[in-house]
Amino acid sequence: MIENNIDIQNPVLSIRNLSIAYDEKKFAVKDVNAEIEHNAITAIMGPSGCGKSTLLRAINRMHELYPSIITKGDILLNGDSIYQMQTIQVRRKIGMVFQRPNPFPTMSIYDNVIAGYKLNGIKLNKNQRDEIVEKSLIDVTLWDEVKDSLFKKGTFLSGGQQQRLCIARTLAFNPDVILLDEPTSALDPIATAKVEELLVDLKKKYTIVLVTHNMSQAARISDYSMFMYLGELIEYGKTNSMFTNPKNPKTEEYLTGKFG
Amino acid sequence: MSVRSEILYVDNTRQRKIRNSIFKIAVILLSVITISPIILIISKLIIEGIGQINFDFFTQLAPDTFQAMSAKINGEKIPGGIVNGITGTLFIVILASVMAIPIGIITGIYLYENKNKWYANFIRNITDILQGVPSIVLGIIGYLWIVKNITYGFSALAGSAALAIMMLPLIIRSTEETMKMVPESIKEAGAALGVPYHRIILKVMIPSSFSGLMTGILLAVSRIIGETAPLLLTTLGSPVINFEIDKPTSAVPLLIWNFYNDPNMIDLIWSSSLFLMGFVLILNLISKRIIAHKEKN
Repeated sequence: MIENNIDIQNPVLSIRNLSIAYDEKKFAVKDVNAEIEHNAITAIMGPSGCGKSTLLRAINRMHELYPSIITKGDILLNGDSIYQMQTIQVRRKIGMVFQRPNPFPTMSIYDNVIAGYKLNGIKLNKNQRDEIVEKSLIDVTLWDEVKDSLFKKGTFLSGGQQQRLCIARTLAFNPDVILLDEPTSALDPIATAKVEELLVDLKKKYTIVLVTHNMSQAARISDYSMFMYLGELIEYGKTNSMFTNPKNPKTEEYLTGKFG
Repeated sequence: MSVRSEILYVDNTRQRKIRNSIFKIAVILLSVITISPIILIISKLIIEGIGQINFDFFTQLAPDTFQAMSAKINGEKIPGGIVNGITGTLFIVILASVMAIPIGIITGIYLYENKNKWYANFIRNITDILQGVPSIVLGIIGYLWIVKNITYGFSALAGSAALAIMMLPLIIRSTEETMKMVPESIKEAGAALGVPYHRIILKVMIPSSFSGLMTGILLAVSRIIGETAPLLLTTLGSPVINFEIDKPTSAVPLLIWNFYNDPNMIDLIWSSSLFLMGFVLILNLISKRIIAHKEKN
C-alpha cells in the first residue's frame, strides 16, 4: 500500500507500525512505518486532519499530554525505543518547535535560551551558560540582532525573531532531532525565508522533521517528503522524485491542488 | 415597502433629539446617584477624621475611657492612637494569608487542571457556597473550633482562621481564572523541553500568571481587612500590642466598634475609619495598577 521508493542509509528514527487513537474508534495515525534519514530535512505533508501533527508529536511523546490517548507500535531513536525511555530524556534528544512562537513571557532572551536547563533544575556555571546562549543564538543567526539586549523580555522581539529564539531554545540542549510543527505558518514571507534558510543550514548538524501545510516550502527545503492522508502514510520518497513523479494517484491529486 | 417608509416619516428628527437628550440626562443622573455615596462617605471621613491623624495616631496605643474623658473635660484633643489596632490587623491579615494563599492557589490550580471532572465541579460549587456564608457564621465557627478547643481563649489564630476561610473562595476563583488565561502554548513549550509537570506548574504557570494571582490576593485582603463580626467572636480585642497567636489581639475594625460604643471616645471613629478606608483604597488601586500593567504587556 505504501509507495516507499527510498532506501535510507543512516536512519536516526525508525517508526514501526505506529498507530495512535484519541479514542477507541478514531485513529489519527494508522500503522505508519518509516525511517528518517540522518542530517536531512524530512517534510510531512497532507491535508488538515490527516494526522501529520499527531505523528510529529508522537516522535517526542508530546501527544501523551492529551488524556486517554492510545499508542500502538514503536519509535526507535538510534535503535532504542523512545517509549522505554523517560520522557525527559526523549524530549532532550528530540526537540520541538511549534506553530506559533512561544517564548516564555516572563523570561529574558538569555533565560529563554537556557530555559530547558533552568526549568529542569540543571545547574550550570556562568561560563557554561554564556557559552550555550551565545552558541545557540549564533546557530539561529539571532546573535547579532539581540546581543545588546539579551536581558530584555523575549516577547519584545518580532514574530520571526521569536520563532528563531524558540529554535535556539531547542538547540541549547544539543538534540539529535528537531521537530517543527508548521514553524512558519504564523510568520510573514521575509521571516519565513529566514527560518527556511536557517533550517537548511541546521541540517548539517541536526536531523530535522518538519510538518508543513505549504507544499512549495516542502519542495524548497526538504530532502525527503511524506504524504499522509486520513492517518495513513500514502507515499514517502525523495522530495525531488515525489514532486516530479508521484507514484500514488492521491499524492498527485494533492500536489496538483485537487484537494487539500 | 410602504409600511417601512411610513415608519420612517413618523419618527422625525426633533422628537428623536428630545428623546436622546432625555435618555442622556437620565444616564448622567443615575451615575451621579451611584457615585455620590462613596464621595459623601470619603469627604465626611476626611472632614471629621483628618484632625485626629498625626504622628501619635500611628505610634500610640488606643486611649482608655478615663484618658478620653479627662481630655474632653479639659477641652483637649483625645490622646493616643490606634497602633495596637494597626499591628493587630496586619498580624491577623498576614496569618490569614499564610493559611489561605497556599491552599487557595493549589486548589485553584487543581480546578484549572481538572476542568470537567465531577469532583472538580463539586469543589467549585462548594467554593461558591462558601463565598456566601455570612461572616458572623464564620466567627461562630472560629469560636467553636479554635477558641474553645485549641487556644482555650480568644486568640489571633481563631480570628485569622475565620478570615482565611473568607479569603479562600476569592483566591481559588481568581487563581483558576488567571490560569485559564495563560496560553496553552506556554505549557507545551515547557513540556517540549522535558520539564516535569510539577515544575511546569511552579516555574512556568505561576510566574506567567503572577500578576493575576497578586490581584486576587490583594482583593481578598481588602475584602477581609474591614471584617468586624467574626473578629468580635474570635480575637476579642486587646489594649496592648500583641504578636502571639494564642492571645487576644486588637484590630482596627474592633477599635472602631469599641470607640463607637464609648460616648467619650466616639470622636475617634472618624480617624480610624479614614485609616481603614484609605488602606482598602490603596490595596484596590494597587491591584488595578497590576491589572492595567498586565493588559499593556
